[in-house]
Formats: sequence, structure tokens, C-alpha cells
Amino acid sequence: MADSTTNFSQKQASLEKKTRIGESLIHVVLFACALCSIFTTVGIVVILASQSALFFADPQVTLLGFFTSFEWQPSIGKFGILPLLNATLLTSFIAVVFATPFAILVAIFLSEFTKPRIKAIIKPILEVLAGIPSVVYGYFAVGTVTPVLQRVFGSDTVEFYNTASAGIVIGILILPILITMIDDSLTSVPNNLREASFGLGATRLQTSFGVVIPGSFSGIAAAFILGFSRAIGETMIVALAAGAGSALTWNPFRGAETMTGYIVRISGGDISYNSIDYNSIFAIGLVLFLATLGLNIISRRIVKKYQWNV
Amino acid sequence: MERITSHSSKHSEDINKALQWQPKPLRTRKRNETIMRTLMLIALYCTISFLFILAGSIINNAFGYVLFTYEIHPTEFSQGGEINELSHAKKIAILKENLRERVYITLDRKKPMEKRSSQDLSAIIFSRVLKASVLEAYSLFESLFQRGQLIENALTYPNADLIFRSWISPRFIRGEQSTNPLESGIWGAITGSVGVILVTILFSFPLGIGTAVYLCEYMPRSRWKNLLQINIYNLSGVPSIIYGLLGLVVFVRVFLPITSGQLFGFTSGAATDSGRTILSAGLTLTLLILPVIVINTQEAILSVPTYIKQASYGLGATKWQTVWHHIIPYCIGRILTGTILSVSRAIGETAPLVVVGASTFLTIVPNSIFSKYTTLPIQIYQWSARPQQEFQNLAAGAILVLLTIMLTLNFIAIMYRKRVQKKLARL
Repeated sequence: MADSTTNFSQKQASLEKKTRIGESLIHVVLFACALCSIFTTVGIVVILASQSALFFADPQVTLLGFFTSFEWQPSIGKFGILPLLNATLLTSFIAVVFATPFAILVAIFLSEFTKPRIKAIIKPILEVLAGIPSVVYGYFAVGTVTPVLQRVFGSDTVEFYNTASAGIVIGILILPILITMIDDSLTSVPNNLREASFGLGATRLQTSFGVVIPGSFSGIAAAFILGFSRAIGETMIVALAAGAGSALTWNPFRGAETMTGYIVRISGGDISYNSIDYNSIFAIGLVLFLATLGLNIISRRIVKKYQWNV
Repeated sequence: MERITSHSSKHSEDINKALQWQPKPLRTRKRNETIMRTLMLIALYCTISFLFILAGSIINNAFGYVLFTYEIHPTEFSQGGEINELSHAKKIAILKENLRERVYITLDRKKPMEKRSSQDLSAIIFSRVLKASVLEAYSLFESLFQRGQLIENALTYPNADLIFRSWISPRFIRGEQSTNPLESGIWGAITGSVGVILVTILFSFPLGIGTAVYLCEYMPRSRWKNLLQINIYNLSGVPSIIYGLLGLVVFVRVFLPITSGQLFGFTSGAATDSGRTILSAGLTLTLLILPVIVINTQEAILSVPTYIKQASYGLGATKWQTVWHHIIPYCIGRILTGTILSVSRAIGETAPLVVVGASTFLTIVPNSIFSKYTTLPIQIYQWSARPQQEFQNLAAGAILVLLTIMLTLNFIAIMYRKRVQKKLARL
């Protein structure tokens, strides 16, 4: 024992940084892990761009015609994305319109009108709703919502495949996201604003609509933008309920294929690589990717910029 | 000058307005509040009821009467029409008599008739000899409330049976896929789903935690780090179908020799010569859930108190020792919970798997990661897309199985989180 202590004092402790091979190896491995996410992004962009380039290189397709022509019929060489885009916007619009009243009212109720105890009961229910796979929602749209719509409005006006049914169910799908985000932004409004409003004699309702909602308006806007972006990217519901076959229509009771629906239908069938159909799904994927990416970035910017700094 | 006066006059207008302002009478304010509160409660109940309506529509289709007919009616073989009650030898005799010789020999070669279970034999009799086929199927609601009508309807068909059937049954779960909805099962789909998810876990777990650890502990604060964070957040918002397109090109086409197993000499059995295998599906889903796992794990790591790290460094531990022995054990509960939740989301993912080429009809059970596959959500999609009631019933049965698996995983995650929280509270 004594020996070792003397040994220790005799030996000069080196303060130099040791090179540890194991440590640097781990560093490299972890760095490689982090690179994966970069590769994913690069991969998505490169693949969508290169395959789309093949699509636009086809003599049948022109860039201008792609964005301005009113017909999408690959079999007869008509490539205009507008019908697909229109159907996507229509279903997403219906979804957001359907979800808005529920989302706003429930979020206000949760953040302003109820005790944390009740909130703790309702939140898990919303989580369950958010965790249900979208294919189950698709089944729900085809098997339940469409028949109900047909019974209410008559099966002459409502086609079996229609955008209204898909839109409503997408609305239910994005509801939990909307409620959670709006609730978060309402709760983040500083409490002293509420107390000031109560001190002036305002009721809970007046405080909610006069102080809290204006105070978190940016957060609410961000929630809706994100919800819209989710609705655009939603696939299985529209693939099952919105119909196959593109149509340029604003009638929500008619069938119209969306961008995601087209991608699923084409890739689900047997198509050969390098055919024009195969390349077209990447061009549509590129439009979809850019649209959702843009909306997500805007949503995040808004949240970041107008945060309450308490 | 003018501007100032106009401004001040507007200002005084405002002041006048404010002076003249009368608060709404107390009764109106109370009434407004009551109305809005009722509206909010209605909205809340509606939101919750969506869940119950959804559950109801699934259960409604998972059980119900089926009207089906036979090519040969079972009463020809037994008096009560009950095939199950016949003896083992009698069943074999029926098979020998009614099946074509070649079919019988093939079946016998697969597994000798004498060694097959009694249930197995009756299943073969049902599908090969009696050849039951669905005439009409009904939902649970119709079965309960329009029973008389259904029975009347059934009487108009000669040689038909009306039987109350649970579409989810051991035979449904263990059965192979078939074109006949009465015999179709989901065992192949369940195995496929499990295989795909295992591959996903195998890759996404280490990659996700590695990335998060690198970002939180190793990477110096810089513009690059910011860029990487934003990149991961953006990836988490990309629609899942885009990942399907990525997987289709990268894993199915470019990495074909690896994902099809040709490189490792896998070409027999259920293996394919294309890249549409369990491996490529699992890798695609890995990329899909990776951002979510990274974000979750980062949050978990950031929740570790700094004094734990500082104590470890103070004792002379290296970076990796600190991470491995202190940071990860401290927040492993939160990491695992987040991972299990994202994995359970991956189980329900359909769109990317359709794009990377899950098989739509497959009667064999996958036996390696280089096999063709189908998954539960894909089956649900295929069945829901068909308008006939019996396929909606099958879809409902498969949905019940899928949701049970997902809810079990979620339940495990929640229980685990609770246990770990208790453990930490004792620290």
C-alpha cells in the first residue's frame, strides 16, 4: 500500500491530452450516424429531381404544359398537374374547414376553461386518436362516412368515391395535431395578461377571445399551416375514398384523384421502370415535397418569430 | 401640422368613445359565457365521439351473419350437417372419395393425412370438397336489428346457410391468404409486419440514438449543427409517401444485389430476384422514423441534469464513458418510450410500403428478410378497397388485430415510462 503511494508521488502526472483510439473511433461512428440524416435529405432531393428530369425530358411533356394544362391522362399523353393539384387542395381545404371549429373550441376549452385534472383525461384520448394508422381512417371513410353522406344528400348527388368523405376524415386525422398545437400556443400566453384582464372585470370568455387568442394568433396560424401540410401529404385516406381517375372539379361530392392517390395507384400496379408513368410519380412527388416543405418551414418560422419570451 | 391635428382629433374621438362605453349588462355576459361553454363542450364530445364512432364502425363489421352456399352440402356426409363431429377416419374417407387423386397425394405428401389434426381435416373438407362461397355478408347492426329480414332472405336461396360469424378468429389469424373470403387469413401479413418492424428497429434504434448523442454531446455549437437540426426537423415533416419513392429508387433498385439477397446467395424459397423484400421495406421505414427518434432522444438527453455530466467529467471520465455510463442510463426510459411509440406508428404505415412494392397477394409465409412480403396495413388497404361487404368484414378483422398490436406496444411504453419514473424518483 505504502509502496504504491510513493510510486505515485514519484511519477510525474502527465497533463497532456492522451490520444484514445477507442474514443476517436466512437466519435467517427457517431458522426457517420449523424450523416445518415443528411444523406436522407440529399437522397430525397437528388432522386426526385433526377427522376423528374427524366420525366420532363420526354418529348410528350413540357414544363409549361405540366403546370397549366387542365388534363392529366398519361395514357393519351396529357400531362397537366392541375386536376391532381386541385383535388389535393380541395380535400385539404375540406379537412381544415371541417376541423377548424372543433380544434379551436376544444383547444380553448382545454387551456382556458378546464382544470388540469380533466385535461389529463382528455389528452390521452387525443393521443389515441392521433396514433391510429391512416389506413384505418381510410377504411372508415369508405365504409362509414361515404354511406352516411349518400344517405344524407342522396346517392344521386354523392358519388361512391368523393372528395368530401376523404376531406372530412382527413379533418378528423389532423384534429389531434391542431388541438395540441393550438392548446400549446394558448397556454404559452403569459398569465399576467390573463390576470390583468380578469382584474379589469372581464369574464373568462372575454379574456379568451380578447386577450389570449390575439396573443397567440401566430401560434394558431402556424398550427393551421402545419395541419394543411399534413392534409396535403395524407395518402391512404384519399387513395381509398377520393377515387381513381383525375377530374378537374370543385364539386366535393364527385370523385377526383389527388397527387398522393395517383402515386399510390401507379406504384401499386405493375409498371416497368423508366416508363413515363413511373417517371411521372417522381415529378408529382417533387411538387408534393416542395409544397409540404415550404408550408412546414413557414409554420416553424412563425412559431419561432412570435414566441412569447417569458 | 394637419396630420397632427387629424391625429389628435382621432385620438380624442377614441377617448370619447371610451368614456361613452358601457359594459354589457351582467346578464348578457353570463349568457354569452354559458352559450360558448356549451358549444365548447359539444365540440369536445364530438371530438371524443369520433373515436367511438370509428371503433364502432370497426366492431360493426368484425361480426355478423354470413349467408353462404356449398357446392356439396354437408348434410350429404353427416346427418346433422356437422362436419366437425365426424370421426377422423370418416373425414379421410370423404377426402379420398371427393378429391382428385393428384390433389390428395400432394396434400398427403405435405403432411400425411393420418397425422393431421381433426380440425385441419375439416378445414380441408370445407375448402376443397364443400367449396363454401359467400352469397351475402351482413354487419353486426343488420344482424341484430334486421334479423327477421335476413332469415327471410336466406330462405329464398336453396342450399344456403346463414351463420353468425366472428370474422376475427384463430383460423383467421393463423390462416393463409385466399381468394375466398371465408377462408382468408392474415398469418402471412402478421409475419411480414413483424419482420419489417424487426428490421426497422434493428437499424433505426442505434442510428437514431447515435445521431442524437452526436448532436447533443459531441458536435460543437456551430452553423452546421443548426443546419443539421433544421434538416432533421424538416425531415420529420416530409410526407411518408416521399420516403416510399426514396426507398423505391435507393433500396429496391440501386441496392438490389443487397436487398434481394443475391449477394449472399439467397435465391430459394420465398426469396425474390427483385429488391421488393422485407429488408428494403424495413430500411425504408427506418429512414421514415429516424427523424422522430432523433428528436425524441435529443429531448431525453437534454433532460439529463448537468451536474451528472460534470460529476462524471470531474472524476476523469472520458466523453464516451460519461455518455455510456451516465447519460444514457439516466434517460433510457424516455428514449425507449419515444422509440416504442414511433415504432408502433411505423407498424401502421401503409403508403411507403405500397410504393416500395409489398405484394398484394401472397399465399406463402415469408421465411427470411429476403422474402416477398405483405403486411397487415397492406392487407387492410386491399380489402377496404373492395366494395363487397365480406371484404369490409375481413378488413375490420385485420384492423382489430393491427390495433391490438399497436395498443399493446403503446401500453408497454406507458408502463415502462411509469416504472422508470418511479425508479428515478427514488434516486
